[in-house]
Amino acid sequence: MSAPLYGLVLSGGRSTRMGQDKAALRIGSRTQLERTMGLMAPHVERAFVSVRPDQREEPLRGGFEQIADTRANLGPIAGIVAAQERFPDKAWLVLACDPPLLDAATLAFLLRARAPHRLATAFRSSHDGLPEPLCAVYEPASRRSLLAYVEAGRQCPRKFLIGAGDVELIDEPEPRALDNANTPEEHASAMSLLEQPNATAAAAARRLTVQYYAVLREQAGRREESLTTSARTARELYRELAQRYPFSLDPTVLRVAINGEFGDWTAPLTDGDSVVFIPPVAGG
Amino acid sequence: MGAPFRFVRSAIDTGALRGELLDGGCGGYAAFEGWVRDHNEGQSVRHLEYEAYETLAVREAERIVAEAIARFRVAHIACAHRLGDLAVGELAVWVGVSAAHRHEAFLACRYVIDEIKHRLPIWKKEHYASGDSGWVNCERCAAPHAHQHPEPLEHA
Repeated sequence: MSAPLYGLVLSGGRSTRMGQDKAALRIGSRTQLERTMGLMAPHVERAFVSVRPDQREEPLRGGFEQIADTRANLGPIAGIVAAQERFPDKAWLVLACDPPLLDAATLAFLLRARAPHRLATAFRSSHDGLPEPLCAVYEPASRRSLLAYVEAGRQCPRKFLIGAGDVELIDEPEPRALDNANTPEEHASAMSLLEQPNATAAAAARRLTVQYYAVLREQAGRREESLTTSARTARELYRELAQRYPFSLDPTVLRVAINGEFGDWTAPLTDGDSVVFIPPVAGG
Repeated sequence: MGAPFRFVRSAIDTGALRGELLDGGCGGYAAFEGWVRDHNEGQSVRHLEYEAYETLAVREAERIVAEAIARFRVAHIACAHRLGDLAVGELAVWVGVSAAHRHEAFLACRYVIDEIKHRLPIWKKEHYASGDSGWVNCERCAAPHAHQHPEPLEHA
C-alpha cells in the first residue's frame, strides 16, 4: 500500500547566476514555476510551492499553496524537510522549479517506476550517474533519516540519496529532460530546443563509430558498428549500449578512447567520433 | 632500429630485437621475457589468446618508452608483444634495454614491463583444462562501485 502522493516544487533558490528569479522566467506564455506546477498537478493529490519565509507574499508564489522553510540557509533540502514535517505520512514528489526541458513523459516514467517500499525513487543522472534529488519521490520512510542528516549539519540532497542506501534509481528516458538552466545562456539554449518539434532528440543526434574488444566484443557480438545516437557523452553512450547488449562490466572499471586517444567519459561527443570502451587490461 | 614497440603474430625474434640495442657506448643490457604459464589462480591453463586495440596500444607504448628513456637515461629500448593464440611456454612479451651501466638498464626494463601490463589496451583470454575460458581481470569486476561525489552540488 503506497502512501498518498503530495507534490512540492522548490522555488526558494537565489538564482544568483541567472541574475533574475528563475521561477519567474517565461516559457511561452507561462512562468517556469507555473509550468512545473502544471506538469506535477495530474500526479498528486495536493501541490505546494516551497518558499523561503520572505517569499510568501510574492505575487508569483502567492497563487499557490505554500510550505515555507523552517530552517534557513540550507538550500533545497530545507524545503523537503519542511514538507515532511507538515505532512509526515505523505510521500512527496519533489521537483526543482527550473528544469526547462522537463516533460510529462519523464514525470510519468518516474511515477510508473516509483518503488513505495523503498526510501525514495530518483533518476540516475545521464551526466555523472549520480542520483537526481530534485526530480524524485521521497517516501514517508525517508523522513527520519533525512531529518537526522540535516541535524548532523549536512545539506546536500544528492549526497543524502547516495548515502541513504535503499533508493530506487532509474535511467532517464530523455537525457536532457532534467538539465538545469542556471545562466541566461543555458535558458536561451533550452528555449531554442523547445521551439522545434521533437527538438531534444533531433538536436542531439550524432553518427558515431564504436569498436568493441575482448569481453565487450563477445558480448556485443561484433567488432564494430556505426550508429546514430542522442547520447551526448561516452558515459551516456555506454549506458545506451548496455541496454542493447548484455554487458557485464560496470562502466567504472572501463576506460574510454575517443578518436584513438584515451578520452573523458563526460566530454561531449561530436558527429563522426570513433569510440572504444576499454575493459580492464591484461597484457604481458 | 625499428619502432620501439611492435605487435607480432608469430614467434618473437629476440635475437633481432637484441641486435637493435647494440651500441658501443653501452656497457649494460637487461631483458625481460614474459612466458605463457600453465596455471593461473588455481586453474590449469591450456592456451591463451591475446587481443589488442593496436593503434592506441602502440601510441601508449611509445609514451612509456619515452618516459623510461627520460627517467633512467638509458640508450635504447625495444619491445614486442604477441597477438593471437599462444601455447603454454611460448614467449608472449619481450622488453630489452641497453644503457651505459647495468643499474639503469634493470630499472628501465622493470619500469617498461610494469607499465605495459598496466596501461596498454591488451586483453588475454585464458582457455582452461576444464574447457572453460575467461578474460583475465574482467570476470569479477562487474561489482557495483562506491559512488563518489564529483563536485559540490549547485544550490543557487
